[in-house]
Parts: sequence; structure tokens; C-alpha cells
Amino acid sequence: MNRFLTTLAAGCAACAALLPALAHADTGKLLLTGGVSSVEGAAGGGITPWAVIGTNATDDEFGGSAYATRVGTRDYGLNVYGAALGVKDRFEFSIAQQDFDTKATGTALGLPGLRLKQTILGAKARVYGDAILDSDTLAPQIAVGLEYKTLGSTGLDGTLDALGAKRNGLDAYVSATKLLLQQSVLLNATLRATKANQNGLLGFGATLGGNENRYTLQPEFSVAYLLSKNIVVGAEYRFMRNRLQSAGKAAGLGDGLRASDWKDVFVAWAPTKNFSLTVAYVDLGVIVPAIAPKNQTGFYISAQVAF
Amino acid sequence: MKKTLLTLALLVSGLLTVPGAMAQTAPKNDQLYQAFGEKAGLVALMDDFMVRLLADPRTGPHFQPANQQRIKEQLVDQLCDLGGGPCQYKGADMQSSHSNLEITKSDFHALVEVLQQSMDAKGIPFRKQNEMLALLAPMNRDIITPK
Repeated sequence: MNRFLTTLAAGCAACAALLPALAHADTGKLLLTGGVSSVEGAAGGGITPWAVIGTNATDDEFGGSAYATRVGTRDYGLNVYGAALGVKDRFEFSIAQQDFDTKATGTALGLPGLRLKQTILGAKARVYGDAILDSDTLAPQIAVGLEYKTLGSTGLDGTLDALGAKRNGLDAYVSATKLLLQQSVLLNATLRATKANQNGLLGFGATLGGNENRYTLQPEFSVAYLLSKNIVVGAEYRFMRNRLQSAGKAAGLGDGLRASDWKDVFVAWAPTKNFSLTVAYVDLGVIVPAIAPKNQTGFYISAQVAF
Repeated sequence: MKKTLLTLALLVSGLLTVPGAMAQTAPKNDQLYQAFGEKAGLVALMDDFMVRLLADPRTGPHFQPANQQRIKEQLVDQLCDLGGGPCQYKGADMQSSHSNLEITKSDFHALVEVLQQSMDAKGIPFRKQNEMLALLAPMNRDIITPK
């Protein structure tokens, strides 16, 4: 928790530095309509991007946001911090740094203290619609995005090489978001083309025991209910690529590298336009079940400042 | 993968049918008009709204030079009409009445926020507020100045 606060402080310091440059005098999105910051940096829910453009910037404006997120599951910990730039409610550029603590699993692999660090550069463009104001049609807001992920070099490099997994990869996605204002319900669907194993923390693709270097399409869904102007509750489901399993099998690990889908239920609270806090119960499925066989359930907490 | 596709198909069909079943058409009954306290409620709401619009630095300059009494009366008629009440909005259409004004999306959002404050002050439930906003929001196309 201490680390979380330090990370949060660092995130806010970064944001304070951005503030004078970016803060437009009267950026004017409605509360929470810029989404929160996902673990990969793009604006959306907690584990999936949405078609909304992050920050408070509308048509003629520039906006900025910064965030820190802490996820703690049964066997692992994940710290994320990052920032985003919103341009005229049309383009979004984001950066996120993930720091995944493998805890006892690293030790069991002979790599005590192993932390997997990944940098994610994101770009998103809104191509159609207004999720919020077009409330007389069912047409959603649509955006397309890219996430370029680079996994830092660690003691796990040799293992990833042996599995034939690369340490960088590009995800591409299309998202559709619709606020059904009359029902106070928000829906999002995202389709992602990816080679990432466990979101990239275990590399990209895997050639051992066959060719698993092709992109797969992974759907991701969010549904949210607006309880009040500043409180939203919801749930998310993210189908995860599971192509490291066969490479693991070829390496004699059985199903020890299987991956399963990510899910969460969340509450997001925005006491002001410039600050939001999101807490969630997450289930990240199994992550390296050879060593940590149980589902990785736990908490998620994220704080965001936005202008 | 088969299971994935099946789940996906179910989710997608869910996404398509749920909104379809709740198609956003204008209410045929007057429940929304009732929820807003009928005519008296709407008049009180718009009195409060105009005070806040003038006080808010984002919206004040737009409404200062306007005929505030007339705007209030027209808004009462408009919301009464939208809410299924016994009124017919006969005022100017939204496009021509805003065509000589410079209004950005931020301005429009500011107005929505002020209206939310007024609806909160009048104790209108959040769900009912959103039902009314869902009927008003599409007017942004005629109100916001095109670029």
C-alpha cells in the first residue's frame, strides 16, 4: 500500500508538471464521460479500452490526465502508472508503465525478486459518433486504437526465448461505446487483435511446439450503470489469448502456462471533474498455474486526475 | 475457441436486443411530466435554472443579453411537451433560435451540468433526470455551432 501511495504521488507529480502546459481554462466534458484509465493506459474501464477519448477536453480543447493503479491478487501484485493527452476529443495519446511483482512464483522459477516491467504507448482516434449526446439513436461512438508494448529485459528473457516469445508487440483494437441515457446504462464492446501473452507480461507470440505467432481476436466487454452523477457501478469481461499453453506443453510444463479470461466488478466515483477513484474486485484467471494454480482474485484500486 | 465464439455471440446478441427492447422513443404517457411536478414543478425548475445559468461564469454571458422570461416560458413548454404533458411547444425551432450564437460543445455540457444542479435542487430522481436529458441531448446538433 505504501508503494501504491508513492506511485500515486509520482503520478500526481507528473500530472502537476503537465498541468500548466495542458490545462485549458474551461475543458468541459461531463463527469466521468472521459472514462477512467485502463491498466494499459487508454481511457475506458479498468481492464479494457472504450471508444471515449480520455481527459476533460471537448471539441476545441486539449486535456491531460495521470493515474496510478494498484492490483493485488492471491499470488501477484501489479503497479501501473501513466498519463494521457486528449486532443479535441478526437485523438488520445497515452503511456503506461506496468510493474508486475511475481513474488513466490519468481522464487520458484529460481528468479527471486523477479519483477516484469512493461511500457505501453497508446494512440486512439474517435472515428464516429458521440456516445453521450446522440441519445436518440442506438448508434455508438466508435474508436480505433493501437498499443505498442515493450517488455523490459529480466531474468525471464532466457525462458521467453526458449518458448519463442518476443519482448515487444503491437495490439490493435476497435471499440464501440454507447450510453443509453434513458436507461442510465453504458455499454462497451472492444475487439482486440493481439499476440500478447498475459497482456504482454509473458511476451508476445510463442513458436515452441508449433507456430503461435499469428494474431488472435479477443473480445472485451463492459457494462455500467449510472447510480448518480458521480458514481458508476459496472462489470467487465476480457477474453484473454491463451497461446502460451501449447508452447508450455512442448516445454514439458503441461498446462502450466495456461491463461484464462479477466473479469471485474467495479465502482467509480468522481467527487469532482478533476479526480476519480475506482475500486474493483478482479479475477485475472490463472497466471502461470504451474506454480500458482489458483485463480488470481483480488482488489484493484485506481486514482486519476484529469483536466 | 468454440466456447469463446458462442459466448461472444450471446453477448453481442444481448447488446443488440437489450437496447432494441428499450428503444428510446418519446414517452406516450405523462409519467415524466408527473415526475417533474407538472406545470408548477417545471415553472419552479426553470426559475431556479435561469438563476443558476446567469450566476455560472460559463453560461452567464450567453443568457445575460437574452429575453430570460421568454426563454423560461419556452423551456417550460418544451419540457412539458417532451415529458408527455398537456402542452405543445410552439416556440422557435432550436436551429434558427441558436444560429446567430457561438456555442461550443463545452458550453452545451456546462448547460447540462447547470440543469442537473437545478433538477437536484428540486429533488427530481436521477433516473428521471436522465430520461429527460435523453430527450434534450440530441438538440445539441441544432444548438452547437457547426465548424
